[in-house]
Amino acid sequence: MKVRSSVFASFILIFEGIGIALFLRGFFPVPVKSSFSSKNRLSDLPAEPLTGSSPNSTRLPQPLFKRVVIMLVDALREDFVFGPDGRRYLPYTRHIVERGSSHSFVAKARPPTVTMPRIKALTTGSIPGFIDVVMNLNSPALLEDNLIWQAKTAGKRMIFYGDDTWVRLFPKHFMEYDGTTSFFVSDYTEVDNNVTRHLDSTLKRDDWDILILHYLGLDHIGHISGPHSSLIQPKLLEMDDILKKIHSALISKEAEGSLPYLLVLCGDHGMSETGSHGGSSEPEVNTPLVLISPAFKRKVEMEKPGVVEQVDLTPTLALGLGLPISQNNVGRVIPGVLEESSLRDQLRFLHLNGYQLSCLLKDSMQGYDKDAGFEQFRVAEKAHGNWMKLYLEGNTSEVLSNVGKKVLKQYLEALAAMSSALGKQLGKYDMYSMIAGMVFVFQLLLVLLLAMPEALSGGGVVDLPVLSSLLSLPFYLLCLLLASVHVLVCTSAESSCYFCSLSWGLVFAAVAFSSAMFCTLVSMMTRHLTPGPKISGKVPFRSSEWSLSELDVLLLAGTLGHTLSLAASSFVEEEHQTWYFLLNTLCLAVFQDVCRKYFREQRDPSDGEEHTPLSKDCYTSAHQKTNVCSEKWLALATPPFTLICCRLLRSLNQTGVQWAHLPDVGHWLNSSEHRTVLSFLAAFCLVLIYLLVQRRCSWVSKVALALGLLGVYSYRAAVGNVSFPWQHSSRTMSKGTVEARFVYVFVLGILFTGTKDLLRSQIITADAKLKSRGLWEIYSGLVLLVSLLFRAHNLPVLCCCMLIQTLMAQFIWKKLHYDAAQTTIMHYWFGQAFFYFQGNSNNIATIDISVGFVGLESYVEAPAIFLTALSTYAGPLLWACHLVCYLSSERDQSPVAVGHGCYCLALLRSVPAAAYIVLITVLRYHLFIWSVFSPKLLYESMHLLLTAGVCLFFNTMDHSHSSSKA
Amino acid sequence: MWDHEIRAMASTHCILAASVFMATVLPAVLVPGFSVYGTHLLWIYCVSGTVVAVSVAVFWLLGITPPTKKHTVGYKLSRLFRSCLYFLLSCIFFHTVVVLYGAPLIDSALETFSFAVLLTSLTTLRCLCVLGPNVQAWIRVFSRHGAMSVWDTCLQITVACTLVGAWIGAFPLPLDWDRPWQVWPVSCSLGAMIGFLTGLVAAPAWIHYHRKQLTYKCK
Repeated sequence: MKVRSSVFASFILIFEGIGIALFLRGFFPVPVKSSFSSKNRLSDLPAEPLTGSSPNSTRLPQPLFKRVVIMLVDALREDFVFGPDGRRYLPYTRHIVERGSSHSFVAKARPPTVTMPRIKALTTGSIPGFIDVVMNLNSPALLEDNLIWQAKTAGKRMIFYGDDTWVRLFPKHFMEYDGTTSFFVSDYTEVDNNVTRHLDSTLKRDDWDILILHYLGLDHIGHISGPHSSLIQPKLLEMDDILKKIHSALISKEAEGSLPYLLVLCGDHGMSETGSHGGSSEPEVNTPLVLISPAFKRKVEMEKPGVVEQVDLTPTLALGLGLPISQNNVGRVIPGVLEESSLRDQLRFLHLNGYQLSCLLKDSMQGYDKDAGFEQFRVAEKAHGNWMKLYLEGNTSEVLSNVGKKVLKQYLEALAAMSSALGKQLGKYDMYSMIAGMVFVFQLLLVLLLAMPEALSGGGVVDLPVLSSLLSLPFYLLCLLLASVHVLVCTSAESSCYFCSLSWGLVFAAVAFSSAMFCTLVSMMTRHLTPGPKISGKVPFRSSEWSLSELDVLLLAGTLGHTLSLAASSFVEEEHQTWYFLLNTLCLAVFQDVCRKYFREQRDPSDGEEHTPLSKDCYTSAHQKTNVCSEKWLALATPPFTLICCRLLRSLNQTGVQWAHLPDVGHWLNSSEHRTVLSFLAAFCLVLIYLLVQRRCSWVSKVALALGLLGVYSYRAAVGNVSFPWQHSSRTMSKGTVEARFVYVFVLGILFTGTKDLLRSQIITADAKLKSRGLWEIYSGLVLLVSLLFRAHNLPVLCCCMLIQTLMAQFIWKKLHYDAAQTTIMHYWFGQAFFYFQGNSNNIATIDISVGFVGLESYVEAPAIFLTALSTYAGPLLWACHLVCYLSSERDQSPVAVGHGCYCLALLRSVPAAAYIVLITVLRYHLFIWSVFSPKLLYESMHLLLTAGVCLFFNTMDHSHSSSKA
Repeated sequence: MWDHEIRAMASTHCILAASVFMATVLPAVLVPGFSVYGTHLLWIYCVSGTVVAVSVAVFWLLGITPPTKKHTVGYKLSRLFRSCLYFLLSCIFFHTVVVLYGAPLIDSALETFSFAVLLTSLTTLRCLCVLGPNVQAWIRVFSRHGAMSVWDTCLQITVACTLVGAWIGAFPLPLDWDRPWQVWPVSCSLGAMIGFLTGLVAAPAWIHYHRKQLTYKCK
């Protein structure tokens, strides 16, 4: 079967996308969630078990605490309290821990150790998986069942001061709140004073039940100067003073007869040795948890703090306050807290916790009734019923308390088992789906690689021996083999597996596809290896391949080196450095090529005492001479100019991890004092973009483009980023919906004209000029849309992108006769570098979600996702589009250039993607798997998806080429 | 006929390598507190100074420099002046390139410039010694098939090795290992140095093994 290389490439990319989707499904564990979207209510609670008679009351035991104060110190490490320095850092707290009536624990936080997921974990009791964090990026309010909601429903009055993440997660839940943003990391005093200033008045009052304080200062100090800085001690002493103040206020309010208070000191996550967090190293995961209440026994000496999970606090607080435990909680109640209540209450608390866990287990696990924890819980529940019967009969002997203690122990064991079963569900990889996805991707990659000589040949046609392999015996044998392997794996697998849960038809299609690919692969390989009549056609290709120029060596080595560098977490974090480095080297290599071209020609006359034809022309016609010479100097100036542009853009947005805190031009521009500069810059960039883009448009699109760019500026002015010269007073800011929609209209208009031109050129007249104009119009529509979506300080990125594309196309690629493959690789490198120039990184946090709201009144999912993806991948996308325009518009380009470009793009994208999924499978137990490698995996797969789309676009262009030829 | 030249080259390179070695070891013995990482700038100055002195001396003694037509003192002085100017210009050029590669513009300008000086003394100085301050000749040597003598080939190899070494030396910079040799510009200058030494070894060896294939246009 013969297919054109562009069709072949897009076909391969699409199927690779499917393979990667399968891999992703196996890699990211589905979060444990109950299938009901409702929330637990008091009325739904199970009755107290009682053997014999009808169930006893469903009432909850008396709450343990009246008032709760939660003091959450961001990035509080366990050793700040319990370590050898604890006495110096937090003297009062340490005294309470050692001598007061308190319980202290080391609470283990689960990665990702970032504030928002941690707050979610603390309030819902569930463990937000990585994918959960990504999915909820744009829905600010927490909709799951949680402690705060339960408390509000139960009529508790809550006050919150601190990080405004809480306010966003729980809007309208707090009676009183004051959120501080954690945006300015360099500020570590003001953020905490903002919280403490309310404290005195609040502590005097009696009208609240729960007070939550979230202090950010310590985290900021960690980010600035690490856990051993001199700033840490004063900050911790400040925290200690606050704790002392709260504690003494609570003691003074304590009244005889009423329920006691509870003061909780905890951290949301720790701090690594460099002061950052997000990963899963010991100091990041271990946080202190100190519970202080007169209800507890007084300590006599320092005990080694026990280890609990961070989520264990949730059921403990819920039961302590007499609230239902939230539905998705996987934590278990901390038994020490219950110690002082009666045995009946203790058993009841444990029963409630166990019942909730067993419900969750039932919902999230298939073979739940075989789970050891679940069975233990059933046994314990029965024993509990028997005990209750004895208890209600008035038995007060020793036997009763002994039996009760036994039941208690059974409950605790059951809780531990169920909790760990649920926790395991979260951390398990679905290896079979991962491997299946990987096999798919690799087969396709190998086919792609093996087809290279044919795809890049002059014909641009790939001969795939699909039909012959479909009719061969090995194909059917392989089908049978793979199907039997599938059955074997699925019947023996203990855990749930996505690939096994697929329907039979799909699985069989996958099996058939995989074996067909394998047969094709083998036959292609034999065709390459056996010397046949084709060898004569291949020899010149081989020989031409061997004479690689420095540029080719650089392009190949760079692509391979980048792929290999993905194995190191630092290189993934700092991938922008790799691309900037490679791009710089590329520009220098191009510069050398240009120099060689122009200076050797100049040298010749002086060397051999004869004039080259070029210099003769220079003499004959003065006009032509100036033309040639100016062109020469422009060509010589292009690479250095590109280098300078890249250097400037690089300092526009600092990304990555290690140097992300350094000041950059983007922040400088965005501060309100420099609004005039930003306005001038934005206006200048928009004008330049107009000048660069309008050259090849029809006059209709020119007008539309001009109006659209004006609209972009007025949108930015309406949002408040830039200002018009005539408006001096700061206007009320609006959402700029009207302006943005105004721009959208022109974007659609330009895209429509472009498409119309393209269709006309294909169907009615085979006019190459019309076609290239249509393509360019589509490209300019994209540019207009991107300029609307980019933030004002990022407009120079777009502007430089246009400028470099124009100059390079004019003076370098055309003049130096780089072939389609070289041009494609250069475009790809530039696209990658621009991805990072616009401020992206391999961290989910740098995605600008606000783009999803441009021109929309409220959050609408589909356009928001589309716009966010477009603006995030604007760099690679614009360069890929330019590649299509460049390759298909060139007169002297060979007709298969588009096909070659498409093939190279597919290869460039699938090599790192395929290598990366292998790397991530090997590194799946790495420390940074959730903080560094998984976000990168998502970025890679998204990029692959986009490239598949671009390749399809290439395909239509290539198609029109062949049809216009025919 | 080339054996003589190759032998001269090998011995020159031996002397150069030995001097680099001495420039690293001697101060470490004599000056207290001297180390390659700790007092890196000092090491750079030491090595560059030694390389400059030794190569100028050796090449002057060998007399590789193309014979000049005039022997007036004024002409020689102007050549010397031009050489110094080229040296300075090359330092500035390397500094610019390194800044374009992403080195901070203001923060560690001294470190960057020292690194540029090291690169210049390892590459440009050899060109000055072998070719003299003659841009035409430089362009000829560094364009493809431009070598016209064994020394030109040698120059190509050592310069390429040094630059590639410095280029590779930048790789460990983003790694978060917090090692003393990851500080800017330690890894790059070490890379350049190692590349230079490799070039010193590789150039005579490569020329020796390819002496049959090498053909040079007559001057």
